[in-house]
Amino acid sequence: MRLTCPHCGDRDLREFTYKGDALALLRPDETANPQEWVDYVHNRDNPAGTTSELWYHGPCGSWLVAVRDTTTHVTHRTLSLAEAGK
Amino acid sequence: MQFACKSASMRYSGFKVFLEGLRGQSGWKPVWRDPEPKQEYDVIIIGGGGHGLSTAYYLARNHGITNVAVLEKGYLGGGNVGRNTTIVRANYFLPGNSEFYSHSLKLWEGLEADLNYNVMHSQRGLINLFHSDGQRDAFARRGNAMINQGDDAILLDREGVRRHLPYLDFDNARFPVYGGLFHPRGGTARHDAVAWGYARGADQRGVDLIQQCEVTGIDIENGRVTGVQTTRGAIRAKKVAMVVAGRSSEVAAMAGMRLPIESHVLQAFVTEGLKPCIDHVVSFGMGHFYISQSDKGGLVFGGDIDFYASYAQRGNLPMKEHVMEAGMALMPMIGQARVLRSWGGIMDMSPDGSPIIDKTHIEGLTLNCGWCYGGFKAVPASGFATAHLVATGELHETAAGFRLDRFETGRGLMDEEGTGAQHNLH
Amino acid sequence: MRVAGRGLIDRDRPIRFSFDGKPIEAFDGDTVASALLANDVALMGRSFKYHRPRGVVTAGSDEPNALISVGPGIDIAPNTQATMQEVYDGLIARSQNRWPSLKFDAMAINDLFSPFLAAGFYYKTFMWPRAFWEALYEPIIRRAAGLGALSGAPDPDRSEKAYAHCDVLVVGAGPSGLMAAEAAAEAGADVILATEENRVGGRLLSERETIDGESGDVWADARVARLAARGNVRVMTRTTVTGAYDNGTYGALERVALHVTPGEGPPPTCFWRITAGRAILAAGALERSIAFPMNDRPGIMSAAAIRTYLHRYGVSPGQRIAVFGNNDDAHRTAADLTEAGIKVAALIDTREDATTSGDWPFYPGADVIETQGRLRLEGITIRKPGGGTLRIGADALAVSGGWNPAVHLTCHMNGRPVWNEDIAAFVPRENAVPGLIPCGAANGVFSSRACLEDGIRAASDALTALGRKSSFVALPEADDTPYRLSPKWVVEAPGRSWLDLQNDVTTKDVTLAAKENFRSVEHMKRYTTQGMATDQGKGSNVTALALLADATGRTIADTGTTTFRPPYTPVAISSMGAGHSGKGFAPERFTTSHAASVKAGAPMIEAGLWYRPSYFPEPGEATWREACDREVRMVRERVGVADVSTLGKIDIQGPDAGAFLDFVYTNTFSTLKEGRVRYGLMLREDGHVMDDGTTARLGANHYLMTTTTAAAGPVMAHLEFVAQGLRPDLNVRLVSATEQWAQFAVAGPKAQAVLDTLVDEDVTDADWPFMSCRDVHVSGVPGRLFRISFSGERGYELAVPARYGASLWRLLLAQAESFGGGAYGMEALNVLRIEKGFITHAEIHGRTTAFDIGMQGMMSRKKEFIGKALAARQGLLDPSRERLVGLRPKDPQNEMTAGGFLFERGAAPTRANAQGYTTSVCYSPTLETPLALGFVKSGPDRLGEDMRFVDHLRGLDFAVELTHPVAFDEEGGRMRG
Repeated sequence: MRLTCPHCGDRDLREFTYKGDALALLRPDETANPQEWVDYVHNRDNPAGTTSELWYHGPCGSWLVAVRDTTTHVTHRTLSLAEAGK
Repeated sequence: MQFACKSASMRYSGFKVFLEGLRGQSGWKPVWRDPEPKQEYDVIIIGGGGHGLSTAYYLARNHGITNVAVLEKGYLGGGNVGRNTTIVRANYFLPGNSEFYSHSLKLWEGLEADLNYNVMHSQRGLINLFHSDGQRDAFARRGNAMINQGDDAILLDREGVRRHLPYLDFDNARFPVYGGLFHPRGGTARHDAVAWGYARGADQRGVDLIQQCEVTGIDIENGRVTGVQTTRGAIRAKKVAMVVAGRSSEVAAMAGMRLPIESHVLQAFVTEGLKPCIDHVVSFGMGHFYISQSDKGGLVFGGDIDFYASYAQRGNLPMKEHVMEAGMALMPMIGQARVLRSWGGIMDMSPDGSPIIDKTHIEGLTLNCGWCYGGFKAVPASGFATAHLVATGELHETAAGFRLDRFETGRGLMDEEGTGAQHNLH
Repeated sequence: MRVAGRGLIDRDRPIRFSFDGKPIEAFDGDTVASALLANDVALMGRSFKYHRPRGVVTAGSDEPNALISVGPGIDIAPNTQATMQEVYDGLIARSQNRWPSLKFDAMAINDLFSPFLAAGFYYKTFMWPRAFWEALYEPIIRRAAGLGALSGAPDPDRSEKAYAHCDVLVVGAGPSGLMAAEAAAEAGADVILATEENRVGGRLLSERETIDGESGDVWADARVARLAARGNVRVMTRTTVTGAYDNGTYGALERVALHVTPGEGPPPTCFWRITAGRAILAAGALERSIAFPMNDRPGIMSAAAIRTYLHRYGVSPGQRIAVFGNNDDAHRTAADLTEAGIKVAALIDTREDATTSGDWPFYPGADVIETQGRLRLEGITIRKPGGGTLRIGADALAVSGGWNPAVHLTCHMNGRPVWNEDIAAFVPRENAVPGLIPCGAANGVFSSRACLEDGIRAASDALTALGRKSSFVALPEADDTPYRLSPKWVVEAPGRSWLDLQNDVTTKDVTLAAKENFRSVEHMKRYTTQGMATDQGKGSNVTALALLADATGRTIADTGTTTFRPPYTPVAISSMGAGHSGKGFAPERFTTSHAASVKAGAPMIEAGLWYRPSYFPEPGEATWREACDREVRMVRERVGVADVSTLGKIDIQGPDAGAFLDFVYTNTFSTLKEGRVRYGLMLREDGHVMDDGTTARLGANHYLMTTTTAAAGPVMAHLEFVAQGLRPDLNVRLVSATEQWAQFAVAGPKAQAVLDTLVDEDVTDADWPFMSCRDVHVSGVPGRLFRISFSGERGYELAVPARYGASLWRLLLAQAESFGGGAYGMEALNVLRIEKGFITHAEIHGRTTAFDIGMQGMMSRKKEFIGKALAARQGLLDPSRERLVGLRPKDPQNEMTAGGFLFERGAAPTRANAQGYTTSVCYSPTLETPLALGFVKSGPDRLGEDMRFVDHLRGLDFAVELTHPVAFDEEGGRMRG
């Protein structure tokens, strides 16, 4: 498998570390209720299909969002977190 | 409690095999029926894998509930029960897990007699190797917890390991073997036979096993489950159990639930057949590598999950190579063994690496999921406990820790790996 | 026997090898199988279950029977296909799975019992008595099973791995592969052309056909020579593409030196990871058999293989060969044999309407219904259309049941192939592997001309996909005879008809499976073991499938097929795991003091990827404990130095660095004064402790964080995630500086005196209070000094750029020694910290909270931080949780162990009664008692309580007392000094 680092380009899977669903970027506010926090940390849509994930490109230290299909392993696109935040 | 068989059954025995040999194998009966789904059942179990089939079996055997259908979208035992590394062990250390896996191992030990089916449960002994003082201390805690639970464990020093596993690299290893935790009652079983044995046992007791029947919806009225929609029509039921590890999120979504589960791929490997060379189940403490030799002679081994979310039932080269590398590092004598086949299963990874067997907020709907990559050994006790929960509405004492709300309350988390709530790290 | 004047072998280069100890004459270019056939050796192996005599069936990597162990010595490679093993001088080949000899195998007695050993019989018996499974049944089964044996010696691990990249990877170098490679190369693409054979040409090497008027081998060699000269084509022979993976990655095994006498030369194999823009599957097709009674005798072979042996190796497997088939290739075989002067005993064509032009006994519409001969074929019995039978003498039988396209790679991403009724075979599903384009016979296209054309088409498709223009490539002249076949899977006749030759699966096993309702193709496979042998059913699966379809009243298309999975052909663990035995398994990280520590005799122990000294032995010390006790006293009484460079060091800079640290630590760092250091605790978002360490404020916008050795990498990734993903509003930058700095702890009452001799500035207590830090100079070298302590003594850590580490260590050691001190290792470091109740990852093992370790006070109420919300969950703040305590045995003779459990006095040591467990233990030479840290339910509320300590594993059971975790200098006066 290969992924595209927004900074370094197309690279082998070995250079990347997976973190999980990109919803980790949507961290609740401090004032959010406990249920929102539990949901944020534990519960996942976990689709068999397209999902957005966080990956870390170790060699350059960049985090990125990959929009990827969990059934075919096709990556539709990758974004830097700055791009993803927009 | 044991209830009489409902349908006429055929007992297996050495004598029967002999007799059929003389008769040219003409007398064998179908091992299960292929019934058309009825319009209504007392209990529908979604998922004809190991856990679903054992749930059906124990519902009939322990509770006399036989108006039961198991709905399987593919073929029976086609999921993870048919694509694992076949290891059976009870070497957990956290309360909640300890009593459950201990119970499961006891059920395994009586399984052949119970099912009248040879699942080839082989208690050849399992050795977890450790490679530092810190790992030794952690395994010591594990071993003591196992004995606290009434199970068996022996702490081996380096020489003790050498006596059992003389073929390990004791001279030049990057991470030298310090010792091992020996679990003599650990071992393996023939994975397909477990599914088939439970299926046959359930069928004999009247359970309808319905293959090629995919559930497409779960019917809920006023907070109560009333049945399911399937590719073979609607089926009503008083109770429904979701026992679909690997697909839990998708099925639970039909009931409007969002689970603490992420699906990942775990690969496994088997080599060509070889004359006996590995007599135990061996697990490497530094390289995510575990291996045993099947009765057919193939080395069956595996490693860690591929670390990215996947439903594809296949993995990629980096983890394959990593597993082979670990094999070379630990026991370079297997170098000339050739890998014949590799495959992947979909793992229900939970936030603490432990499973869930619980009621849901929907009355009559039970959830069994989150087996990570430890589901095979759990098949008997999981079905036992799920059947108990479905039949009585109460958690079984051996599985009382597998509650869904533990992530909300923070009580009774069972994070054996200590890696925290990132699903893929368990 | 050898056929004069034929074959691509080099008759001027004779080669000698041995088979089961017997010398065999061969020629360069032979395989073990061709050489054995040339020497009239028909019997090459024994089957798996019944140990039936078996001979070679194929001439390629689909061989199920002719498996040998290839020696010599420790490199023995079991289960090697004799059809793929090229001969070399001194090669030692041995047959397998037989005892005492291949000709007389005692286990062949199994065959007599075969009526009782039908598919799945073992699931129905061996259940009683229970204990007999492990004691009796299983050992017998295991001994009988298996094929070859490993030598038992460690693999020398001489293979290699490599990466390659190309625009177009062409898999297979037959007519379609060669044309595809040429067309792609002409268009300027970088091409890798890989073939599992030792030369290019593929099926052309096995037939009499000509291409552009030249023989196949000459044409192929010329083409490839032109390609190789281009510079953008890499031809890789002996290279099997074993797997197709995501995004154009492929695994390939190159057999670099398995065809030459083993030595110190090139590596035996190289495992390639090839990244290709597009790949073209031109892997050809595999001939399948027909199931008829006793179709497993040595001498019964694939017709295509017989042509291969004839044309490529100049070998005939017999002198009177019968041919049996359901398609025109049977006729081609008969013609080729006749042309080579070999007698065709009969041509049996299952098609009633077949005609022949050859001069041989011809039996259209007939079937082979029985065969004779024990260790090799002697004759066959055929059944004529009218019903009469006829015995025909033959020492070999060529069987052609048609061709199965080699679709395997297209299935590696779970894409099932599609049934094509016209050729009665599965063909690749379109786009089954994205970017993999099948062509030629692998795509169900069979004539040579059509294959050449399809190769050009595939290249054009690949080039278009890559955004390149195709160049014109002329289509060579070649045979275009259509492929005609009438499906025939099984001959209905009494007797055992074999499907999976290696696993001894018969047609009856498949029908029994169907009868027992193992109707799914997956159930049938698993129940009968059909297709689970080393050839993965390459030659037999489709036939078994057809039979199952028939037995269950379905079409083959409806019955479906099992999945082909990687690898295409088996790959040795030493190939995919190459280079990782021994120290090659993981990188080794050495501190700058490593060499000096080794020289001082310190045993070095693994700490993650690092090595750290365990202790520094002195003359006269018999055990590690003596050294450790001395080192502890040395630090407590005088001074010790230790290398702490392995701790993670993360440099954090920016105007918002303080706010950033406030967010990742539970406690506050923005208020830390410049030149000061603070201990910090970091949680995971789930409220459990992630890591701890000290962080120094070096400047207004500049902090230096210390992590534990183990967590350095994960914490760095975590901080980057927080900075980039959660708090992009903060202006902060991070860089790991772990390897840039060598850092040494100097601890003990004389620590200041040691530093005075080395640090250019004065290290006064007034300037250097506890938890202060500053830039200093060490003999003129810019460095950093931190006054921190992990020992509980007056302590400093002195850091210099790593290139000065070795010399600073030397200087520090010399100065420490002059004050009666010296180096201390990990053992002493551990004792010192346990005496002080300082925690490590033994305590923060991933399941503990700040509350558990008594640091709930460090969780700021005034600010937000990672983990704050979930750390507030009730279950994580329950006073009855297992919480950190110290432990001391009532009798100081009793030494505790880590991983032991604690119970109330008098309580049985069971899970239900467990109150806690120990995590770290030591003998404290300072307090002259064993000490431990551990976790006990409501621990801090129970200090002073006596408990029962039990370590079942080590046979320990004695009373201990719960104490405060800090056993020594609780007020901390010594380190604050």
